[in-house]
Amino acid sequence: MAGRMVAGTAALSAVAAANLVRPASALAGGAGSAATAGTPDPTGLPGSAGIDQVLPVPTMLTGLLPGRGLRRGSTVNVLPHRSARLGATSLLLALLAEASRAGLWCAVVGVPALGVTAAAELGIALDRLALVPNPGPDWPAVVAALIDGVDVVVVAAPAAVTAQVTGRLAARARQRGCVLVPCGRWDAPDVTLQVVNGRWEGLGPGRGRLRRREMVVSARGRGALNRPREIRIWLPGGPPPAAAAPATGIIRRARRAELTLVRRG
Amino acid sequence: MNAVTPAGRPGSPTRALVVWCPDWPVTAAEIIDGVPATGPVAVLHVNRVVACSAAARADGVHPGLRRREAQSRCPGLTVLDHDPARDARAFEPVVAAIEQVVAGVEVHRPGACAVAARGPARYFGGEEAAAEQIVEHVAQACEVESQVGVADGFFAAGLAARTGRIVPPGDSRTFLAGLPLRVLGRPELAGLLRRLGLRTLGDFAALPARDVLARFGPDAALAHRLAAGRDEQPFTPRQPPPELSVTADYDEPLDRVDAAAFAARALAEQLHDQLSGYGLACTRVGIEAVTAHGQELHRVWRHDGMLTAAAITDRLRWQLDGWLTGAAARRPGAGTAAAPPAPTAGIVRLRLVPDGVLARVALQPGLWGEIGEEDARARRALTRVQGLLGPDAVVTAVLGGGRSPVDQVRLVPWGDERVPARPGQPPWPGRLPPPAPAVVLPAPLPAEVYDAAGEPVTVSARLVVSAAPARVAVGTGAPVDVIGWAGPWPLDERWWAPAEARRRARFQVALADGSALLIARTDGRWVVEAVYD
Repeated sequence: MAGRMVAGTAALSAVAAANLVRPASALAGGAGSAATAGTPDPTGLPGSAGIDQVLPVPTMLTGLLPGRGLRRGSTVNVLPHRSARLGATSLLLALLAEASRAGLWCAVVGVPALGVTAAAELGIALDRLALVPNPGPDWPAVVAALIDGVDVVVVAAPAAVTAQVTGRLAARARQRGCVLVPCGRWDAPDVTLQVVNGRWEGLGPGRGRLRRREMVVSARGRGALNRPREIRIWLPGGPPPAAAAPATGIIRRARRAELTLVRRG
Repeated sequence: MNAVTPAGRPGSPTRALVVWCPDWPVTAAEIIDGVPATGPVAVLHVNRVVACSAAARADGVHPGLRRREAQSRCPGLTVLDHDPARDARAFEPVVAAIEQVVAGVEVHRPGACAVAARGPARYFGGEEAAAEQIVEHVAQACEVESQVGVADGFFAAGLAARTGRIVPPGDSRTFLAGLPLRVLGRPELAGLLRRLGLRTLGDFAALPARDVLARFGPDAALAHRLAAGRDEQPFTPRQPPPELSVTADYDEPLDRVDAAAFAARALAEQLHDQLSGYGLACTRVGIEAVTAHGQELHRVWRHDGMLTAAAITDRLRWQLDGWLTGAAARRPGAGTAAAPPAPTAGIVRLRLVPDGVLARVALQPGLWGEIGEEDARARRALTRVQGLLGPDAVVTAVLGGGRSPVDQVRLVPWGDERVPARPGQPPWPGRLPPPAPAVVLPAPLPAEVYDAAGEPVTVSARLVVSAAPARVAVGTGAPVDVIGWAGPWPLDERWWAPAEARRRARFQVALADGSALLIARTDGRWVVEAVYD
């Protein structure tokens, strides 16, 4: 956290996101909404499955990703924390949520333990979420088939992956305009997201319940992400409202945490 | 040539031929259940005899008798329950046999069916010859005894069949006049008429029709018309169910995907044309293949819209692809249980069996493009994966009711109807508060929970926790300090069903490394149910 704060609150980033990223619901809605909006569309033509298109992500994650969303054809690697389970799966589901809500299709390959209830709570439409829990030894063929038709494909590679396989799948995703989200080790992704730090709120000694998690996610990758970024997010939901925050120490932290985007210089 | 009835004025009864199998419930029991009909057998419905065998009849058993009475008259009586489904099932081959001889069979009830007499009589050269042919063929094909009666109108013909008579045209009224009133099949009316001094159908028919209608009502008026031989019941022959499956045999076994795909296309279009010819569509299609080694492969493909010719072609091609190339790819690896058996030779026969057939109008694409191009693309991709891995490998989740994260989710194979396992509507007290855990372990992991002194934490039957949990070790991992915990949240489910009963006390724990777990104490052990990842 020894970094320079460069951007404002989550509310500010939401405004920025609304201006910069066209949600795919507008794309699905057709050209009419684009015309009435009257704003230039930096992300591509409505309805075109072009490479330039960016799928929406929840506003709290827009600061992490180049283009402020999931760029079609890109590979976004989600790495868990090295030692503890600090929320990589929740981050993964949060990445899909906005795209799924906008009517796009998602598929999750090789995650038999996925908490579907959590996915639904984060806003993923379950009827457009296909699960392949056990893809078997021929999983690259399954992923390749899914890349052809599904907008976001999450892969937990069952075994050690060779660079040849990852390269082939990434190239196919680029060609088809699908966002490939591998979790676990993956060679040469466009973006790598990793949970650096995490902490749960709401649970005291013998009382309360888990309410929300504060986590710090780092993003590194090519281009603009050559300098890694770090961002602090709260899942589920946004940052805790200061009034509702319980004990004293937490209030202080919550106030301090109003500035969300942190760039490590 | 008395065989041909002139196409008389409208309203004149059709010349009818009725095939009647005596004591059909008894015969059906012999065919289906193997009860020998030669011995004394009676079929009972609500304690009354419905039908009995000839041997039982010889001992004085007759329809309408009570069970006790029938057994006292015939001590060796075998008593069976009446089962209309059994009767109908056994009668189906008989109808099929009759259809081989004559066309247009109308089934009145199991044990009796009718045809228009005119056609068979002309074809076989007389009503008697036609009747002989039918009886002979039924006896040979099904080993069932039957009798044929021919008369004007189905009612009279049905009665003629009881005695195996052929009533000459125009004589039906005379034939009916001598019969007792109970043949009308209306016991109340028959009893009433008997008390009025009427004994035969002829007596009843002699009453003025208007007075019968005024005094006894419309049903009696219909019976009056029947008794007078004015049977205007229209003839509604049974439509034999169309054969919808299509089959293709290949002299050259199909062992290459491209050849199979070519064959698939022709077959799929044939199926689709046939279905659309009947105005039907199917939602499932079964693909059956026979290999040169005689191996039989079968797989049903489901679709939640209408299967078009292209969709059938795709599915057939994917399936053949999966069978032919999957065989080579799957052999080295350990085959999963869900994987279809791999064929050992080329395919020599393909059969497509439409299933879930419904009228085409029931399926319409969405007016506002609910199923758009993107959806179609995604559906194709998912179906393709089903072709690679089997239909159960691709699932979608449905949320329902339940108290644990595993119970709330039902995984439905892609393309199946999405119905939750448990209704979500009645509240499920004791379900976990949100947020739900992002990782739900399919099999719970063992864990150890220690208090501050290093002693294992226990939960008593009255839900008293021995000490505050201080450290949790998951599996064989090192213990991690607990920074927050809540519980016990008791769960005592389905105690009335011992096999499904579950009793556990659940805790949420937040650990010092930043993770959070859902752990439970059950049967004296600690397990990790889910991870708040």
